[in-house]
Amino acid sequence: MDKHTGMTPIVKMITEVLCGLMLVFGAFIVLYGHITPGGGFPGGVMIALVYILITLAYGRVIVERKVSGIIASVVDDIGALIFWSVGMIGLFVGGSYLFNFLGKGSPFHILSAGTIIINNIAITLKVGMCLYAIFLALAILQRVVIDEPKEEEE
Amino acid sequence: MTLYFLDFVLFAIGIYALVAKRHIVKKILGVAIMEYSVNLFLILIGFKKAGVAPILTKDMDLVTFIKTAVDPLPQALVLTSIVIGLGTLALMVSIAIRLYERYGTFDMHEINRLRG
Amino acid sequence: METIIILHIILVFMIIGSLITVEIRNMLSAVISVGAVGFALSLAFLFLDAPDIAITQVIVEILSLVILIRATIKVDNVAIEKREHILSDRTALIFVGMILVFAWFAFQSLPTFGEPSMRVSQYYLMNGLREVGATNFVTSVILDYRAYDTLGEAMVLFTSISGAFVILRRWKKEQDKDFLRIDREH
Repeated sequence: MDKHTGMTPIVKMITEVLCGLMLVFGAFIVLYGHITPGGGFPGGVMIALVYILITLAYGRVIVERKVSGIIASVVDDIGALIFWSVGMIGLFVGGSYLFNFLGKGSPFHILSAGTIIINNIAITLKVGMCLYAIFLALAILQRVVIDEPKEEEE
Repeated sequence: MTLYFLDFVLFAIGIYALVAKRHIVKKILGVAIMEYSVNLFLILIGFKKAGVAPILTKDMDLVTFIKTAVDPLPQALVLTSIVIGLGTLALMVSIAIRLYERYGTFDMHEINRLRG
Repeated sequence: METIIILHIILVFMIIGSLITVEIRNMLSAVISVGAVGFALSLAFLFLDAPDIAITQVIVEILSLVILIRATIKVDNVAIEKREHILSDRTALIFVGMILVFAWFAFQSLPTFGEPSMRVSQYYLMNGLREVGATNFVTSVILDYRAYDTLGEAMVLFTSISGAFVILRRWKKEQDKDFLRIDREH
């Protein structure tokens, strides 16, 4: 346990302050993706970066109590399901897959452009949790390589 | 025109790193450089002189916007391709780490000699 | 005009950075200089009127630097002294030179820099606000006109990540260290 408690208190304090701001900025990038530059892809990577920052600062064991790998893969699948079901609803309502079936709204408002905002959120969940899960897997592997390099020989 | 050529020089450096270097991580970095070059090339093709970004703001006239905006289509394709490049980079890095764990070296020739 | 000069400077910087990446001995320095190339690329995107891609490139570059440093740190950190066969080295150089010569001829048939042929994009720009309602036209191309492409690329991302998981998975005796079981462990 003492090996994985992370970095110095300075880094932990700065992480504590920064994490909320980064999450808010990621959510802003996603939700305003159809009005200002941004969208699901950069917002998802930024939300993954928040969890990776916590992992680097506090160690793997602490962060896996909050969001474990299995939760990450479930959220990832939920994102894919949202995207797929938006497409299927469009198929039944409008006659073509991924049809934009919601109202267009007035421009420059957050509730405009129909299904784009839902799809942005779905892509955010998918990209963010995918990258976080792959980082967890890489971190675990690194620990095993350093601690017991001889175990792989058979 | 010279911009296209300089961009292609970048691509050639990536190919050189991929072909002539023995270290696996050097090869991965070569693939990353090639990816940068291709993304930049697609954006360079869609650039318009004295253009504006394809994002409409409130004080902008729609007709002049249509005339001056740069091409949004390559930007949309490159946006997804950057994130997918990150996924493939993670795949390549995990293969490299697995090979190191198995053979104890990053040298491609050594790995080929040991089991090949 | 100034934009083109700035782009030339950025591209020369990127070429120097990638030459350092290819030729330096220390692997950590190689990874860091490829990071410098990536940040210069995001600056170039910003000058090419593509703010979406500049944001994405900065954030993705940070994450890929973390992954690459994670891969190279604490394992043997020095490049391999021995080179490839001398023949393969020279063959690679000749090959690259031939590609550059042919590329110079191929570039003559491309549209001139600064005057794109926007046959499809003209439709998107003219009808995007009326048909979709989003003021960011890149987003309206990604998630409305070409949402099917985006779905396919999300699947590509999923496939590459699952491939990485299959490679990194632990077998037999190591299975209990798998992160899927970490909840029960602690």
